[in-house]
Amino acid sequence: MKPFVREKKTFGFDDVPEDTCYEAGYLVTINAGWRSIRPVINAEKCVGCSQCYLYCPDGVIAIKDGKAVVDYDFCKGCGICEKTCKIGAIVMEDEQK
Amino acid sequence: MSVTAKTLDTNEYFYGHKACAGCGGSLAVRAALKVLGEKSVAVLPAGCMSAVGFNFPQLCFSNNAIISMFAGTASMLTGVEAGLRRRGITDFQAVGFAGDGGTADIGIQALSGAIDRGDNILYICYDNEAYMNTGIQKSGLTPFGAKTTTTPAGANIHGNIRPKKNLFEIVAAHDIPYAATATVGYLPDFLNKVEKAKSIKGTKFIHVIAPCPTGWGIPVSDTVEAAREIVDCGLWYLAEYENGAFTLNRDPKEFTSVEDYLKRQARFKHLTDDDIRVIIESRDKKWEKIRSNWKTKE
Repeated sequence: MKPFVREKKTFGFDDVPEDTCYEAGYLVTINAGWRSIRPVINAEKCVGCSQCYLYCPDGVIAIKDGKAVVDYDFCKGCGICEKTCKIGAIVMEDEQK
Repeated sequence: MSVTAKTLDTNEYFYGHKACAGCGGSLAVRAALKVLGEKSVAVLPAGCMSAVGFNFPQLCFSNNAIISMFAGTASMLTGVEAGLRRRGITDFQAVGFAGDGGTADIGIQALSGAIDRGDNILYICYDNEAYMNTGIQKSGLTPFGAKTTTTPAGANIHGNIRPKKNLFEIVAAHDIPYAATATVGYLPDFLNKVEKAKSIKGTKFIHVIAPCPTGWGIPVSDTVEAAREIVDCGLWYLAEYENGAFTLNRDPKEFTSVEDYLKRQARFKHLTDDDIRVIIESRDKKWEKIRSNWKTKE
């Protein structure tokens, strides 16, 4: 489980909490626009060793059915996963568009 | 039981944050919270992790988290721990994540006080070796020779003229129940230290090296490599302090090149061969002390 993206609403003065408490894990924006390169996982090569998942500063890689899967909404494209992958199953590709 | 990537909690507790790509500090926070779980209460002083984690309404911690004053991480941890204990809640861990400046300079008095009182808290210092959030100013944990905006490199003075404060041994000198050093380059070691600290009652302190690509002048993809190299070349060590004794966790037989480690970073580009010789000499002196006085465990 991880925090999910909520619908973005405009906060008026009345909606802003008076004290400093608010719901934990409340996300309204994604980080995909920060990226100029994206990690692409070669599912044939991937053995699910979890090293990319472990070392990702943003925690966007999960292991599903023994393969690494990237959450491209929050990946910033730093490329640590590519360097951590000893078998070369991750390649950084230019972001299209 | 030792924690590995396979046995780690798959939930994410620090997600969607606005840290720079390749941030070492956010990796340390995320990894530690995965061990501590949702019952941990995080306290963050002014610094990168509070700046990137709480941009209302984008709140990136999915456990309870609060921002403290810059100097007051440890004292707020004391309050959190005492308040929850008073309300009859027992299954939680109060954890603080402060940077190197917030720990070794500004927050050291509060930290010292908390250790003195023996409060049941965990204090994690993520050390990126300068005040990175405000734009790279020298802190007490900036190493010798590093260029920062307050210790510029010129013709006469080559960056920081003072060595890195020995924070780990300052904390250990309080006779703290548990203190350790770690690096985000060797995460299993760090995770197991957090796991161990969780099970110990009393004040716990972990000093973790977390490279900052922006401040160190390294490519964003090199964070983990740099965090490994600093240990491999001997400029940082993985150790623990427990029951009044120091233990070295990793004793490299042969160090990798200090020059290679320094020259890959823009903050050390200006160093001359003489400066590097000074750094190597101080490293060798440190390791001589470590090897003759500390227990080694492989």
